[in-house]
Amino acid sequence: MFDEMSGSGDAIRSPYARIADWIDAVGVERLQQRSAEAEAIFRRIGITFAVYGEGGDPERLIPFDLVPRVFSALEWQHLDRGIRQRARALNAFLYDVYHRGEIMKAGIVPEHLVYRNAAFVPAMVGVEPPGRVYSHIVGIDIVRTGESSFQVLEDNCRTPSGVSYMLENREIMMRMFPDLFAGGGVQPVDGYADELLRTLKEVAPPACKGEPNIVVLTPGSFNSAYYEHSFLADLMGVPLVEAGDLFVDEGRVWMRTTRGPSLVDVIYRRIDDDYIDPLAFRPESLLGVPGLFDVYRSGGVTLCSAPGAGVADDKAIYVFVPEMIRFYLGETPILENVPTWRCALGDECAHVLDNLEDVVVKEVHGSGGYGMLIGPKATAEERTAYAERIRKSPSEFIAQPTLDLSTVPSLGPDGVGPRHVDLRPYCLVGSQMRLVPGGLTRVALRQGSLVVNSSQGGGVKDTWVLAS
Amino acid sequence: MTERLLLSRTAADLYWLARYVERADSTARLIEMGSRMAMIPGRRSTQEWRSVAAAAGCLDRFEDPDGITEAAIVRTLILDNENPSSIRACLERARANGRSVRTALTIQLWEVLNDGWRKLELMDPTEALRDLSGVLDWVKLRGSAIRGASTSTMLRDDNYVFLGLGGYVERADMTLRLLDVKSYVLLPEMDVVGGGRDHHQWTSVLHATGAVRTYHHLYHADYSPWNIADFLILSSKFPRSAAFSYAKILRCLELLSETHNGEEHACHRTARDMVVRLKALKMGEIFRDGLSEFVRGSISTTQRLNSEIYEAYHF
Repeated sequence: MFDEMSGSGDAIRSPYARIADWIDAVGVERLQQRSAEAEAIFRRIGITFAVYGEGGDPERLIPFDLVPRVFSALEWQHLDRGIRQRARALNAFLYDVYHRGEIMKAGIVPEHLVYRNAAFVPAMVGVEPPGRVYSHIVGIDIVRTGESSFQVLEDNCRTPSGVSYMLENREIMMRMFPDLFAGGGVQPVDGYADELLRTLKEVAPPACKGEPNIVVLTPGSFNSAYYEHSFLADLMGVPLVEAGDLFVDEGRVWMRTTRGPSLVDVIYRRIDDDYIDPLAFRPESLLGVPGLFDVYRSGGVTLCSAPGAGVADDKAIYVFVPEMIRFYLGETPILENVPTWRCALGDECAHVLDNLEDVVVKEVHGSGGYGMLIGPKATAEERTAYAERIRKSPSEFIAQPTLDLSTVPSLGPDGVGPRHVDLRPYCLVGSQMRLVPGGLTRVALRQGSLVVNSSQGGGVKDTWVLAS
Repeated sequence: MTERLLLSRTAADLYWLARYVERADSTARLIEMGSRMAMIPGRRSTQEWRSVAAAAGCLDRFEDPDGITEAAIVRTLILDNENPSSIRACLERARANGRSVRTALTIQLWEVLNDGWRKLELMDPTEALRDLSGVLDWVKLRGSAIRGASTSTMLRDDNYVFLGLGGYVERADMTLRLLDVKSYVLLPEMDVVGGGRDHHQWTSVLHATGAVRTYHHLYHADYSPWNIADFLILSSKFPRSAAFSYAKILRCLELLSETHNGEEHACHRTARDMVVRLKALKMGEIFRDGLSEFVRGSISTTQRLNSEIYEAYHF
């Protein structure tokens, strides 16, 4: 097991020197007090995720762990290169999917995985998005298993969430523990919103003359990530709109304001493809902006991310990303994938079924940590039942070895102890690529647990990249 | 620098946010008046509660309008979330509106709206009944805190103006509806019919607007229906009077006209007519033509004004 503070032995690794001293100096009891304070601040500001219709508190907090997670400048350099490389390859793949389909013709990615994928949008074929960018915000989930081994667990090409926690976690830490940041040892992340705004401006549609008008499109205040939508709109100083605020007229998109209609050029949408435009996608849906997709196709507005971008972040496609990097960029992948067995393939499926007690099985289209089987933690009955599901529709599942995720010291009821973590950085893709040094660290707060999802008892941490 | 555009939905949400807060506040004052009247010996408390329910526009929510008890008032006007005019519903809706226009609010205003929003949800009727005045004080404090946070932290832009507009429209409406329910006690002929001045009845109206002492500062005289009606309708100094509220409504609409290329709409005309009329009118004319008719006419003008605002700003 690799602990990021103490490595595999007892000596403190150098990036954590300051954190180790800090924990000793403040003491566990005081840390626990301050932790309650931090929670009160989050609650008061309203940094919550909404869970309506389940009873209990409808707006919950994601537990915030006070002990930061740290990367050295050198470690980050490696991650930074790997993340940018992957984001480029994913966008190249999406362009290919909706144009000539070379990678399928070359026999590298099976056609049916793409063209019969639920996230594939046939109407996008031949569409030329500004800058050929499909996924403008690429969230890449990374795990660490050793001193220098980082692997990608998952890609998120649609609308990865969580960046507001990256920003707020830092704000809270700086407010509560200013001494930790004295001397400028930690690279700032607060430029994210400005970088996002620049990215969105760079992909203005052909019809836009002059300064582009940008909006954030949210499903509304009942959406679980609503806080983040309003937070980002606020930081960028752009309107936060709902579908009902927009309409299409004369080949352009407009928003309803107290002064009448006003043009919209770029939409950072935080709603799914299915709900963008009832005319193009879901005729029975009352959500969305009728006619929006046509305007998009004819270059009257830019949607970020592009419809159909999700075809690149499917778990069945994920397996091929290292191949994409070689195919489109002619480079060696800097960040490798976690080894993955595709149950769709007979011999791989047999291997998975034979080794269920050692592997993690995931649904191909699942997300949020739901519907997984964690072999070593499951009971024999659970494994038998799950094996039955795999046999019934093998192509719906993939499996990965149970990873020995790195741990980071975290505050528990019994003091500071190691907890497993992952990392989600957010790579921005416009005419340039931008990556803020940091990301969202999710932590499995239950000792020994490997599930970091907030829906399953996970928490978050401030993530540091050291200046040198 | 260009003026920031305001979404119509945001404007409508702000307008209603302020209306809900004002309504919660006014309803708390109405209930205070009711419980005060119910304590006076020899009076039928159900009669008082009936007028409270009527002024709150919720009479149809009570099964037996002539047998309304304090407990029923607490349930229906304070805690019942199904009743859109209950204090709990108003405060929760105000917060929900604030949440859906987060970017239009300052952090301080949001924090005040967010503070304790689930208090009434978690309160049971017995508890609320036992500490009724504590609960009502808390509600009035919410109103003051929310208004205070918006006055002291919001930019003076259209967002702020729509908040103000909603607040004053609701205030004008609540004061007029209180007068509608209570107008019979203010009629001069009551002096004769009732055989002696009914101080309690008159002061109850002042209590319902939280203005007993303010009244004295202004009139330096004993209670008289004439003065009380003057105070609630025509006073340019009392911040809950119809005249004061309408002057503020007109001011808000004029500010909107400035940021909307000088455009004026039907709502501007309606508000201006009302302001001019309230300035020119004397109490004697109102009593001569019928207080009740005047109040009812003003209520329907306010309703019309509301829909004209909807039309003008594309709500």
